[in-house]
Amino acid sequence: MSATGWSWLVLLLPLLGSIAIGLGFRVLPERAAGVIGVGAIGLAFLCGVAALICLLGEDPESRHHASSLWDYASAAGLDIKLGIYVDPLSIFMVLVVTGVSTLIHLYSYGYMQSDRGYRRFFSYLNFFVFSMLLLVLAGNFVLLIVGWAFVGFASYALISFWYRRETATKAGMKAFVINVVGDIGLVLAAFLIFREIGSFDYGTVFEEAPSVFSTNEWTVTAICLLLLLGAFAKSAQLPLHTWLPDAMEGPTPVSSLIHAATMVTAGVYLIARTHVLFELAPTAADVAAFVGLATLLIAGTVALVMTDLKRAIAYSTMSQIGYMVVGVSIGAYSAGMFHLMTHAFFKALLFMAAGSIIAAMANEQNIDKMSGFGKAMRFTSIAMLCGALALAAFPLTSGFFSKDEILAYADARGGMYVIFTVLGYLGALITAVYTFRLIFRILPGKPCPEAQELIDTGHLHHGEPFNPATGEREDTEVGFPGAEHHIAEQTPTMKVAMAVLAFLALVGGLIQVPGVDDMVGKFLEPVFEASALAHIHPSTGGEWEGLTIGGVISLVGIGIAYWLYVARPEMPGLLEERLRPLHTLFANKWYFDEAIDLLVVRPMLAIGRFANRVFERVVVDGIVNGTRETVGGAGGLVRAVQSGFVRGYALLLLAGFAGLALYFLIVAS
Amino acid sequence: MSIEWYVVLSSLLFAVGAMGILLRRSPVVILLCLELMLNAGNLALVAFSRMHGNEEGQVFAIVVMVIAACEVVIGLGLIVAIFRRRIPLDVDELTELRG
Repeated sequence: MSATGWSWLVLLLPLLGSIAIGLGFRVLPERAAGVIGVGAIGLAFLCGVAALICLLGEDPESRHHASSLWDYASAAGLDIKLGIYVDPLSIFMVLVVTGVSTLIHLYSYGYMQSDRGYRRFFSYLNFFVFSMLLLVLAGNFVLLIVGWAFVGFASYALISFWYRRETATKAGMKAFVINVVGDIGLVLAAFLIFREIGSFDYGTVFEEAPSVFSTNEWTVTAICLLLLLGAFAKSAQLPLHTWLPDAMEGPTPVSSLIHAATMVTAGVYLIARTHVLFELAPTAADVAAFVGLATLLIAGTVALVMTDLKRAIAYSTMSQIGYMVVGVSIGAYSAGMFHLMTHAFFKALLFMAAGSIIAAMANEQNIDKMSGFGKAMRFTSIAMLCGALALAAFPLTSGFFSKDEILAYADARGGMYVIFTVLGYLGALITAVYTFRLIFRILPGKPCPEAQELIDTGHLHHGEPFNPATGEREDTEVGFPGAEHHIAEQTPTMKVAMAVLAFLALVGGLIQVPGVDDMVGKFLEPVFEASALAHIHPSTGGEWEGLTIGGVISLVGIGIAYWLYVARPEMPGLLEERLRPLHTLFANKWYFDEAIDLLVVRPMLAIGRFANRVFERVVVDGIVNGTRETVGGAGGLVRAVQSGFVRGYALLLLAGFAGLALYFLIVAS
Repeated sequence: MSIEWYVVLSSLLFAVGAMGILLRRSPVVILLCLELMLNAGNLALVAFSRMHGNEEGQVFAIVVMVIAACEVVIGLGLIVAIFRRRIPLDVDELTELRG
């Protein structure tokens, strides 16, 4: 079978899984639903590997295929096929998505065990993977938008999974609304592309774009900025990022899969996919790069002070996606995609470990209340440490190679792009500090009561389930894991998933070591061949220099975290006192929520209120009621004539005729 | 005889019929008055027909007679139906179609 054939199978399997579980939820036993869910994604991963092997068997120049099943929409001048586009970039994404998804499904198989919405969960999760794969494999902008929107819906459904939790449903709506803002950008960009080039097809668009647009022409800049709107909303970049921390209301596997490893990287993929357009609009690409840089710094500083474990990791995710956006915007495509892959490994792992710990804390997410889990949960803490080392770019871990490659590229491109290198290293320092702040708070030290209970009795702490955000008691009737949860690293499937990811987080970077091997770069090369920027390569020596700096910075960051949180535990409090305004700014997430509230939500509400009070009540009601009254009044007049007296009618008739006769007589004479 | 006499007679008959319709309340009498008015019209038609010396007016008079017969059939039928239901035969009482 050809690469496209395998790719169709990749798409089909999760869809079938989702439908099978969704339709069979009454008859399927819970275990079976889980097995179908995991199996469908696992098989999809295997098909992805098969497609990869097919692709590798071909000539590098001809490694791109379009295939379509049937016409999706066809009209005068418009020919959209239900088609996929298979090239190294899409296969790379397919492998990352299905690979990480398989492990997260495996984790969910154990994690969601006591949840009443078990089947619903797997149906949603499979649907999400299907949508993501559709987004990645789409062969034209229309299917891309379809996948894009499906992914947004899947995210909404999964964030609001515990639908009796008010904070969860609100977070779901927030995510959906912000994502729709991005969708609008994407749709408008597609319209503009169609207007200028006359096709939605990737192949045609990217082939014709250089001849249709001149560099930095306003249309291509507008297209790129609109694409960026979509990318920023989906990838949680400033200022459309506020939904991501709130999205942590969903179950932890969801945070791990959607809001760390796969969905939020869709924006990065979009920029890489449309790099032809971005290279024609360097201004837009620079905008993207600077937004990415701002996000990585701002999100990093927020992560420094967050006390909610999952939200801290969520801010870290935004920060890391900022690196990827910088990478793919300045031309370090393969480095950006490489960081996307390694980030998927270690961030999914961190979320899994966090999920285990939160379960052991009976859903408490405040890191101030956690300590001593190193002794209580040995396996989870080792896994978490692996993830944290990779995130902090500890030498020779995966994050070490991928992050520095982006920064080394920025340095090699020179000019103003050196800013990205310098500030990127600053971001790396912040990353190391906040990552190990979490580690030093949670793992070492005197065990907290919950951890002590685990050490003493081997049982998990069973508290009353309550919402960590509002302190409300959870409604356990409809699918919230109740008091009888027995998760937290006890299940073998969870351990397997975490072990594999921990391994990948540690050694996954070795597939692209400067000067040794360059697997990701070589594999993705045919996609970016026509690009001038992709041929800038930092020298091997320069890269190793960068790596050394990165390694030192990472060690310094970990050292600072150690000094602050272990050696001098009173220091964070003192610093907080001394830097009160800064701390307030960070702890309030730079007031983005408030600013958006002030600039967008309130004006919108005011317009809505105005429309209701003035337009609706006065204008619309005026027209409607006026019409009614006019017709009613006229009817009343005519009705008076209908007296029911036959002789009255006769008189009217005669009088009328007499009047007419008189008139004609007068006219005639 | 000149045409004026015919026309005057016709007008008188018509006026008598019209007054009868306006003033009387019994449906039977009203039907009679209608008949009177139609025949006033017939008289005028025939008279003018004679005056012009062709037969078209007379043809119209016959058509009017046919229509009058139909109208009487329906009108009498209605009156009998009303009578059978013991509703007073008075057009001023029959006001159910008031708007």
